[in-house]
Amino acid sequence: MRLILAGAIAGLRSYGKGANRTPPTRCPAFSGLPQPVRPAARRTSVLGSSLGRMNKPPEERALDVTTVSSAEHTRRDFLYIATGAVGAVGAAATLVPLIAQMNPDASTIAAGAPIEVDLAPISDGQIIKVFWRSKPIFIFHRTKKDIEEAQKVNVASLPDPEADSARVKQGHDQWLVLIGICTHLGCIPLAHQGEYDGWFCPCHGSQYDTSGRIRKGPAPKNLPLPPYKFVSDTKIQIG
Amino acid sequence: MTIMKRTVLAFTIAGAVAALVLPAAAEEQVAPPKLKWSFAGPFGKYDEAQLQRGFKVYKEVCAVCHSMSMVSFRNLAEPGGPGFSEAQVAAVAAEAKIQDLDDKGAPTERSGRPADYFPSPFPNELAAKAVHGVAPPDMSTLAKARTYQRGFPWFVFDMFTQYQEQGPDYIAALLKGYEEPPKGFQLPPNGHYNKYFPGHNIAMPKPLQEGQVTYDDGAAQTVDQYSKDVAAFLMWAAEPHLVQRKRLGFQVMIFLIVLAGLMYFTKKKVWSAVH
Amino acid sequence: MSGHSTYQPQNKFLQWFEKRLPVGGLIHSSFVAYPTPRNLNYLWTFGGILAFMLGVQIITGIVLAMHYTPHVDLAFKSVEAIMRDVNFGWLLRYLHANGAAMFFLAVYVHMFRGIYYGSYKEPREVLWILGVIIYLLMMATGFMGYVLVWGQMSFWAATVITNLFSAIPGVGDAIVTWLWGGYAVGNPTLNRFYSLHYLLPFVIAGVVVLHIWALHVAGQNNPTGIDIKADKDTVAFTPYATVKDGFFMAVFCILYAWFVFYIPNFLGHADNYIPANPAVTPAEIVPEWYYLPFYAILRSIPDKLMGVIALFASIVVLAFIPWLDTSRVRSARYRPLFKQFFWLWVIACIGLGWLGSKQPEGIYVILSRIFTAYYFAFFLIVMPLLGIFEKTKPLPNSISESVLGAKA
Repeated sequence: MRLILAGAIAGLRSYGKGANRTPPTRCPAFSGLPQPVRPAARRTSVLGSSLGRMNKPPEERALDVTTVSSAEHTRRDFLYIATGAVGAVGAAATLVPLIAQMNPDASTIAAGAPIEVDLAPISDGQIIKVFWRSKPIFIFHRTKKDIEEAQKVNVASLPDPEADSARVKQGHDQWLVLIGICTHLGCIPLAHQGEYDGWFCPCHGSQYDTSGRIRKGPAPKNLPLPPYKFVSDTKIQIG
Repeated sequence: MTIMKRTVLAFTIAGAVAALVLPAAAEEQVAPPKLKWSFAGPFGKYDEAQLQRGFKVYKEVCAVCHSMSMVSFRNLAEPGGPGFSEAQVAAVAAEAKIQDLDDKGAPTERSGRPADYFPSPFPNELAAKAVHGVAPPDMSTLAKARTYQRGFPWFVFDMFTQYQEQGPDYIAALLKGYEEPPKGFQLPPNGHYNKYFPGHNIAMPKPLQEGQVTYDDGAAQTVDQYSKDVAAFLMWAAEPHLVQRKRLGFQVMIFLIVLAGLMYFTKKKVWSAVH
Repeated sequence: MSGHSTYQPQNKFLQWFEKRLPVGGLIHSSFVAYPTPRNLNYLWTFGGILAFMLGVQIITGIVLAMHYTPHVDLAFKSVEAIMRDVNFGWLLRYLHANGAAMFFLAVYVHMFRGIYYGSYKEPREVLWILGVIIYLLMMATGFMGYVLVWGQMSFWAATVITNLFSAIPGVGDAIVTWLWGGYAVGNPTLNRFYSLHYLLPFVIAGVVVLHIWALHVAGQNNPTGIDIKADKDTVAFTPYATVKDGFFMAVFCILYAWFVFYIPNFLGHADNYIPANPAVTPAEIVPEWYYLPFYAILRSIPDKLMGVIALFASIVVLAFIPWLDTSRVRSARYRPLFKQFFWLWVIACIGLGWLGSKQPEGIYVILSRIFTAYYFAFFLIVMPLLGIFEKTKPLPNSISESVLGAKA
């Protein structure tokens, strides 16, 4: 409907241009269509010469530019512009629900709400996996040795330089919480494997250390951190 | 009179007689009284206090037997509804017992979260059926699943008056409609006589008593009030976006009327060239 | 389209493209410069309205299909999830459900216009038959769409309508089992209805293209029923028909919006908000209003097979009316007797619709039989005979004359 409206406006606008109003010769290849006819060409308009201008052939029309009063012109155009504008607003408004419906719906957003994880059952050196927003989250209860290894590294030499202290919450060095998706192409790395005592990704061989930082392999970045906070010493809220 | 006019008249009279005189439905159903609802009409809105009271009635009385499996606790905090806060919703959810699996895969119960749906009182359909012989219907869409015949010409008027509250009218009337069966009415064993239930024999025993539910906001604790409040709550449960729908509807109607007006004058202007 | 076209594109790119695929020229000659009779009334807008509604149904349908699950355990819940959780889901669902009703309302006005003004007559017979085919496809699409909700009425309507085919002697039961994909309406049935419901609207769109093509070969009919004789009988489609149609479409949208936003469940049946239960049949099984006349015809015949035949015949007979109607005059404006029989037929259609919603007993059955008899008599008796015996009014000399008077 909007296209028709736009076409109508375009049709009205191009009246003066004459380009599309020359009568055609019949197209043999498309003889199924009737020969388009110039509408009411020689009729004199009831409103006199001002609108009659539209109905004269291009050659004649050039001669009576002065017969159209500019007020009439503006009034006519204003109505068409107003109609076109309102139509366009309607068309745009119609798009809103069609596009919005593809965004996550209320139940998906609710399912992605923050979760709480109890850290008490996780023993020293253990890595568990939970899911939040359908993503795997690694929770690593690091031993003293793991923490030392992570802190000893020369940060500048890392492929993605980041200090271990920036990857844990203050006062909770032993807890490492990461999103367990390899930053290369999205596989889930395997825990307690690889040369750096962290993770090893079986897909293309990326290796992460005890701080979840990339050390070797094609992955460009360290394993990212999800948003989380400690609600108590033994409980975190992820999300 | 022409042949046509005579025949039209004959058919119209026959049709009108048939429509008005003959029974409308297979099973006799008494039309419930039309009540005033805050959500009726083009500018209708839910009354938050009423929805909260209705929820209380549902929770304390109806939820014992009736599930509402498509409504979630989080819906209680959404705009256009009972207007609970997120904290209140979390508290209400936590009171509910949700069936889940523990870490070892054994069935267990946990307390509800806002994202959970209202739990069903029965584990399955057969258990639900066992109590009264008929499974108590799920209440998620109940207010839209119940109606009564309006007959001609009232259903035509309803198109203009926007009467869409047949469901709540029926439910409120049914809850108050338990009475002694009239003389000669054969009530089967385990059945109960209800004035508004089609066929008058309902499996559900009278669910509401005076003073059964305590209201915190001072509203009357009568069966009449409980019926209205729970019917309004059920309407919200069936149609949670009613307020948004009517609001958007007003904006769309204004827009379309303006557009139609502009198109009309555009048409007149364009066609003046050939008239 | 080799060489000549009326359409001269404005810029270089469009000129380049036009030489290779003359879409612009096609649109220009079909919808811009196309000569349209100047005396068309608003009943002629309904073709455009139907194209618009087809677009609306396809777009809302595709978007709903992103959220719907066609499985017996999940279908009803997925529709409710659309209503509750999907952003604007309630709007899309109500647009689609009420859109179907508006689609059928428009198609009935469109068809009644065609019969009244003789638009089915020579040379528009194929145009008319394509229309009947579109109508049949619409009925199939609408029926399957309603089943997808998987409410009580969805399930039982599916059971009743598919069971109609068991009336066919011999192979009937095999056909029904084949349609069901099982021993009753069930999951296989739901899945295949979903597949076909998604497919058929595009088949409809294809037939609509043929329908518009056939229309443009013959040109529009008009309220006088007489052919275009001169240029002054016509106006260019754009802007004249375009703005007129645009105005009326806006009015039509007001009616549509009234249903969608204020009485979205008025045309539906409350029982379809009860999840399907194969063990419990509702007190009455009623189709949506646009099928009610045919439902009444089906139930008015006491014999099962004859009822089914009458049902299909009532639609198929439409395809034959270009030949059943023997009158040389097209438009009922100049056919005073035909006009009266036509309006009686319209009353019969509406009467059958009302009767379709009633239980088939007592006076309702008697009235259904009377109206059904008249429905068929209109096509099989009135149309052929009137052409021979009717005294028609004198036709105007031209379309322009009918609009402007003799001085044109």
